[in-house]
Amino acid sequence: MHIMVNGIQAVTMARTTAELRQTMAPECDGTIVDGYQLISDIPLQEGMTVVFWQRNHMPSAEAFETIRSARDSPAVHSRLRKARVGIAGLGGLGSNLAATLVRAGIGALVLADFDAVDPTNLNRQNYTMNDVGRPKTDATAAHLQDIDPTVQLELHQLRLEASNIPIVFAGCDIVCEAFDREDQKALLVETVLAACPQTEIVASSGLAGWSDANLIQTAHPFSRLTVCGDGISAARPGCGLMAPRVMVCVGHMANAVIQRLMAQKSNMEEQS
Amino acid sequence: MRVNGTEYGDAAGFTLDQWLSQHGYDAERIAVERNGHIVRRQNLAATKLQSDDVLEIVSFVGGG
Repeated sequence: MHIMVNGIQAVTMARTTAELRQTMAPECDGTIVDGYQLISDIPLQEGMTVVFWQRNHMPSAEAFETIRSARDSPAVHSRLRKARVGIAGLGGLGSNLAATLVRAGIGALVLADFDAVDPTNLNRQNYTMNDVGRPKTDATAAHLQDIDPTVQLELHQLRLEASNIPIVFAGCDIVCEAFDREDQKALLVETVLAACPQTEIVASSGLAGWSDANLIQTAHPFSRLTVCGDGISAARPGCGLMAPRVMVCVGHMANAVIQRLMAQKSNMEEQS
Repeated sequence: MRVNGTEYGDAAGFTLDQWLSQHGYDAERIAVERNGHIVRRQNLAATKLQSDDVLEIVSFVGGG
């Protein structure tokens, strides 16, 4: 029987995942078959992709990549690994979006923020007390490298303006707008759409407070613009930014990034 | 003129920035696409509207 085992094509007489593990990776105690983590062993079938791994063991970079690929659909994983995604602003949306995109397998991120972490950020932003005072770019980079040491990061500690936005985000497939102020959001969207013709933008509008989370939606108002949010819940006195709705919006934005990247992939395949 | 799917008969003779302010839009908080192309805010005043224009306007509220 032909089985792909930890990235290598193998021919085996084993009939079950338990027998295969005993012969090929007796030190391992975890088994992923075609993207699914097994609870108990199953019979092998021709052409299966099997990854064995060790629970209390730090994998090599190659083994980690194999595990990551095995947990996603390989077609999605290979596209996301080649993607370059920008994030403008590393506050509540941006810091959590960066972590989510790295977990999803994005290969390269361009992160831009001028600010440093302060204690008022901790109600919703992906930082800890140990980060207070650090530039948000540096603090975010440290957290991301703890999640995936192989992720490529480009850091820009600066204020984004119409003049530097096309330079900072050059070569990005998608830029995520994660600013706080509405005029900054509008400026980033306008600048990327006008000055970066190959780049899409995923933006946000309306996520403050604690009203119904189901009001937060994903919309596609322009061909290269996606907007996530409820469109009305502005941050203001009496309606502050809180982690749950910020995270709902982050989930929408990260999923939109994956959907747009996969749509770009199928467009490229149609053209070639 | 069609704006976000709704017909408006009051566009002729106005520039885009005039029409936007007459309809309560704050040019600093929106992104505007005219006939499929983004209009940068410095060009709003120089953009003369035509009766067959199609506008898409996205408004942003703060928080992130």
